[in-house]
Amino acid sequence: MTADISEPGAEAAETSVAVKKPSGGGLGRYVLIRFLLIIPTIFILTTLVFFLMRITGDPITAALGGRLTQSQLAERIHAAGYDRPILIQYFEYMGNLLKGDFGTAVSDGQPVTSILLSYGTATIELVFYALIVAFILGIPLGMLAAYHRDKAPDAALRILAILGYATPVFFAGMILKLIFGVFLPILPVAGRGTTQTEYIMSGVVAPTRFYIIDAIRIGNFEVLGDVLAHAVLPAIALGVLTAGVFLRLVRTNLIGTLGQQYIDSGRSRGISEYRLVTKHAYRPALIPIITVMGMQIALMLAGAVLTETTFEWKGLGFKLAEYLTARDFVAVQGIVVFLAVIVAFTNFLVDVIAAFIDPRVRY
Amino acid sequence: MSRKTQHTTASAAGSILDIDGLDVTFSTDGGDVHAVKDVSLSVTPGEVLAIVGESGSGKTVTARSILGLLPETAQRSGAVIVSGKDVLSVSADQLRKMRGSDVSMVFQEPSTALNPVYTVGWQIAEGLRAHHRRASKAELKAKVVAAMRQVGIPDAESRYDYYPHQFSGGQKQRIVIAMALALGAELIVADEPTTALDVTVQAEILDLLRELRDETGTAIVLITHNMGVVADLADRVAVMYRGDLIEVSPVEQLFSEPKEQYTRDLLAAVPRLGSTVAGSRKAASAGEAGAVADRAGVAGRAGDADRAERDPIVVARDLDIVYPGGIGRPDFHAVKKVSFDIRAGEVYGLVGESGSGKTTIGRAIAGLTRASGGSLTVLGHEMVGFKERSFGKIRRRIGFVFQDPAASFNPHLTIGECIAEPFAIHKRDLSSADRSKRVLELLDSVQLPGAYASRYPHELSGGQRQRASLARGLALDPELLIADEPTSALDVSVQAKVLELFVELQNRFDFAALFISHDLAVVDMLSDRIGVLFHGELLEEGTGEKVLGAPSNDYTKRLIASLPVPDPAEQAKRRELARTLRPTAG
Amino acid sequence: MPTDDNTPSTPDIAASTAENENVAEAAPGSGVPAIAFDEKAKKSWFSRLPIVSHLRQSVGLQRGMLITGLVLCGIVLICAIFAPLIAPYGYNQLGTAEGNFGSKLPPGGSHIWGTTVGGYDVFSRVVWGAQTAVAVIIVAVIMSIFAGVILGLISGYLGGWLDRILVVIADAVYAFPTLLLALVMSIAISGGQSSAWGGIAAAAFSITVVFIPQYFRVVRAETLRLKAEPFVESAIVLGASKTRIISKHIFRNATRTLPLIFTLNSSEAILTLAGLGFLGFGIEPTSASEWGYDLNKALPDVTSGVWWTSVFPGLAIVLTVLGITLVGESMNDLNDPRLRVRRKAKTKSGGAGAKTATKAEATA
Repeated sequence: MTADISEPGAEAAETSVAVKKPSGGGLGRYVLIRFLLIIPTIFILTTLVFFLMRITGDPITAALGGRLTQSQLAERIHAAGYDRPILIQYFEYMGNLLKGDFGTAVSDGQPVTSILLSYGTATIELVFYALIVAFILGIPLGMLAAYHRDKAPDAALRILAILGYATPVFFAGMILKLIFGVFLPILPVAGRGTTQTEYIMSGVVAPTRFYIIDAIRIGNFEVLGDVLAHAVLPAIALGVLTAGVFLRLVRTNLIGTLGQQYIDSGRSRGISEYRLVTKHAYRPALIPIITVMGMQIALMLAGAVLTETTFEWKGLGFKLAEYLTARDFVAVQGIVVFLAVIVAFTNFLVDVIAAFIDPRVRY
Repeated sequence: MSRKTQHTTASAAGSILDIDGLDVTFSTDGGDVHAVKDVSLSVTPGEVLAIVGESGSGKTVTARSILGLLPETAQRSGAVIVSGKDVLSVSADQLRKMRGSDVSMVFQEPSTALNPVYTVGWQIAEGLRAHHRRASKAELKAKVVAAMRQVGIPDAESRYDYYPHQFSGGQKQRIVIAMALALGAELIVADEPTTALDVTVQAEILDLLRELRDETGTAIVLITHNMGVVADLADRVAVMYRGDLIEVSPVEQLFSEPKEQYTRDLLAAVPRLGSTVAGSRKAASAGEAGAVADRAGVAGRAGDADRAERDPIVVARDLDIVYPGGIGRPDFHAVKKVSFDIRAGEVYGLVGESGSGKTTIGRAIAGLTRASGGSLTVLGHEMVGFKERSFGKIRRRIGFVFQDPAASFNPHLTIGECIAEPFAIHKRDLSSADRSKRVLELLDSVQLPGAYASRYPHELSGGQRQRASLARGLALDPELLIADEPTSALDVSVQAKVLELFVELQNRFDFAALFISHDLAVVDMLSDRIGVLFHGELLEEGTGEKVLGAPSNDYTKRLIASLPVPDPAEQAKRRELARTLRPTAG
Repeated sequence: MPTDDNTPSTPDIAASTAENENVAEAAPGSGVPAIAFDEKAKKSWFSRLPIVSHLRQSVGLQRGMLITGLVLCGIVLICAIFAPLIAPYGYNQLGTAEGNFGSKLPPGGSHIWGTTVGGYDVFSRVVWGAQTAVAVIIVAVIMSIFAGVILGLISGYLGGWLDRILVVIADAVYAFPTLLLALVMSIAISGGQSSAWGGIAAAAFSITVVFIPQYFRVVRAETLRLKAEPFVESAIVLGASKTRIISKHIFRNATRTLPLIFTLNSSEAILTLAGLGFLGFGIEPTSASEWGYDLNKALPDVTSGVWWTSVFPGLAIVLTVLGITLVGESMNDLNDPRLRVRRKAKTKSGGAGAKTATKAEATA
């Protein structure tokens, strides 16, 4: 194009031999700015959740409304400070959040922070297993589909990916339970371990609460095997959903980069189609893929909530469903805010990784 | 088998490429398109064969067939014999082995032909790896560095690990050429290798290609639409038109005595420095013919006399335009302390390469970009810190023609509605009958049939859209028309017609015009006065004869010398001149 | 990046906007696009409708996918509209005059898909469920399209502080797990309790809020792109008012991709609705039938081998989402010239081949 691009950074009419000086520090600045952007995100989310949860009234009435008398309720509401102006409660809540205090659950009187700490690890462990499944299935299959685009393998893979996406995790979980719990009982279908495993785990000194790490630390391979066996079905249920999304993502982006001229340029020099797909097109495609994968963390956490309920996997999702049934909105609010914070941080990390891979940002 | 031996003998007879009866058909939404029709060509070692043609001529398809790079929807027949093997019939694996080592390609746009996330060294080495599986790392690097040196990348050793974005456009193209050469291919297909580059850089790349041919004896198939480039580099020229091969001639013969009418028309349409457009004041003052003066009319010539004394309607004094940078990005100073006047009824040509700020100035005058410092008065209105409300009334006195004819009309409105848009905004009292009457008049004045009013923009060709764009720009009889590269997206033959129309309209309506272009020859043909921009600064200003005839600035001299002219003998001289003017680097 | 304007769940939308330019790539160096578009413009308005035109363009596998999707969607729509005629019993019917159906009856007899633990007829509940699903999709998607499009147009065109604030909010909400946001919304709307149509309204509204940022982002990004297009700049140069530019020049061009996002969001809406139902935030069986809720109730049945209570409503979800997604994906592929499959050029039967053959003979 001979267009005069009136945009900063337009190619200057320099002689073709001059070389631009690489300027450093681009990445560091980017990371800092991106980090600062988390703050408004978290602020908006916590504010939004706080006010939405309070539209219908105070948490005490919601949880215990039918069970206590009016005066008992009023007394509890007053004691918890829920009769004060909403803005004062809001600032107090935000102040407490900064200190790491998520409030106290109404139904069982437990501090929400300790609920988050003791059950959060289970959720992270589940998401981690599921991510492994999603990566192992999604990325190579997506590449395969792009390589054979518009041929039979591509069609089959795409249908599979859409099926993976179209199947709600809990339904996939129920089908897995049906198969492996009833017709072919070879894998455990509920919980993170057998009763015995849970007992051993409760006795671990200074537990990380990641069962797989704790099992390795105490060197009990029977427990380790049991823990892994219990993880298989939930990881597949949640992982297959995500794998479908990854497959589509990798396929579409790869096909996009395969249309670029540098691929033709590679082809014109005799580079094989296989290498063009797996190397030349894959790396540029990876940057948008990684960014979007980061966004999938939100989807996975929502999926984890449903998976945990299906497989009685005692993590935050399982507890969330419990508290929802108990109408304990303090605990619900705490868990939701906590998950939102995790999502915000993961997105930050993912963006930094994507920037690091991209030499145009890195310099 | 017998066929293959036959072709081997053919190539032994001296040609490195034999295209025999190549025929290519594409399937598209609009039906099958016969892109290349029974084309036969051959190239001998060390020869530069240029394939020229306008868009849709099938030249790029022909070029891509040489490497077997056509999409799967293409139906092809005939034979393309490279080094004794038929590209169209060899197996996929054989074809892969041929690519790079027997035949290689240089692409049009260097910024997209390089992978942005790999270092250039790695990318050049990839081609070597594909053909020499066992080469060691050190061996590869040595070969890559040698290839980079060969194309004139200074300090190649340390730039091995640079990413493409760290190079300038011209250097990227050097690297693309290094990639094509690294495997020692004896035939290189260069698809518009300099079209995306500025003329000064283009001259350097053409020099490089010539040197490489002379040193290594590599044959080059040069695809281009630019007759100046052809005159500069080619030994033989093949002219294509709508898929047909019109003629093949040695380069001197093509320019001196073209065989076919189409070639003659094509050559006549190419703008040259010092040439004129029929009916222009320049043509009249050059006293070309009384007939021309008659056509231009008495008003045109009478206006010419007092044109220099008319009042300026655009006055720029120390104009600064700065694009504010974002967080962590510095401001970009697009225009620096520029001063010039545009007088009523005068065509002011603004010329410069990419990044010179010429478009920015045009946009600032139209109120699309904010001027940040100095002073810019448009029709008596100060544009530095202007308010839309007070400027709004002046807008009807300004017309604008954009570069890209494809994007300058709302795809959902008919051409008639688009042209009537100015009336809808500024003359709401106009009855719809009057409005359509005016639209028809305008279409007529840009030589488009009235029936086109009910067509949609995509149904018109690029040249027709640009005419319609002129009609819209002139709808309210503006005193000032800003034309931002109005013909650079068009083929030369279409460009010639649009320029002619522009001159005629300017004579008839006597508006002042700011004509922005990167093409010196085009600006020279139309403008009363010319300004040369470089990196946001106005280097030189004056009449065409003064600026182009006796340039005082070194950059202007280099710019003029770099512009390839469609005449092989003349171009050889200019080439030498350009070389002496180039700042010595590397 | 939070200000990145891609729509992550639909990463391919942005690509499809460059349609006109890319067509040229598909047929290098030919004047083809102009011809192609000529053809298109002469067709009637009917054949230019989104899905109809897609159907005409498609070939082979892509056509198969599109048709399968359309058939599945058609079945769901028919079930939704004619549920009273198709379903043998009401969604909240526990028995007939002859007495209750009984609990967990296996498929067969008068209950072709069996009965649930609560004693409802599974087949009837699945058919009635389509009605709920369709109602929620229509309400949710239409509401979010309106809000999202208007906000996106204004924010994108005017820019400034309003734009920045809206973008930060939209990005924050966008990053939030949809299901959790819908959950919080439904607590806010109904306090977690669901009445008859209130339940559907609550679910629809929750989903609306979740989707507004998506439409907002897409439309805003398109608006920003269009704002720099010469035809919009040309209107600015002419002095057209902001309202005129937004309504006449930007609106129709910016909403080109909406049918596609519509389908993608519809499938997400169903999944979110089912997720809410599964967590017990759905609609009580007495007020309407909802597949996710039925799956929640069927969860304990699974381990005891009672499969029919979960498999049928589950399949209903899968097939509905599959149908909508297939339509959406095919439309996306057909919109994007890079992804569209074209017919091969007609083989000039024998002609080309014969020519080569004769040449080979001649050279032999």
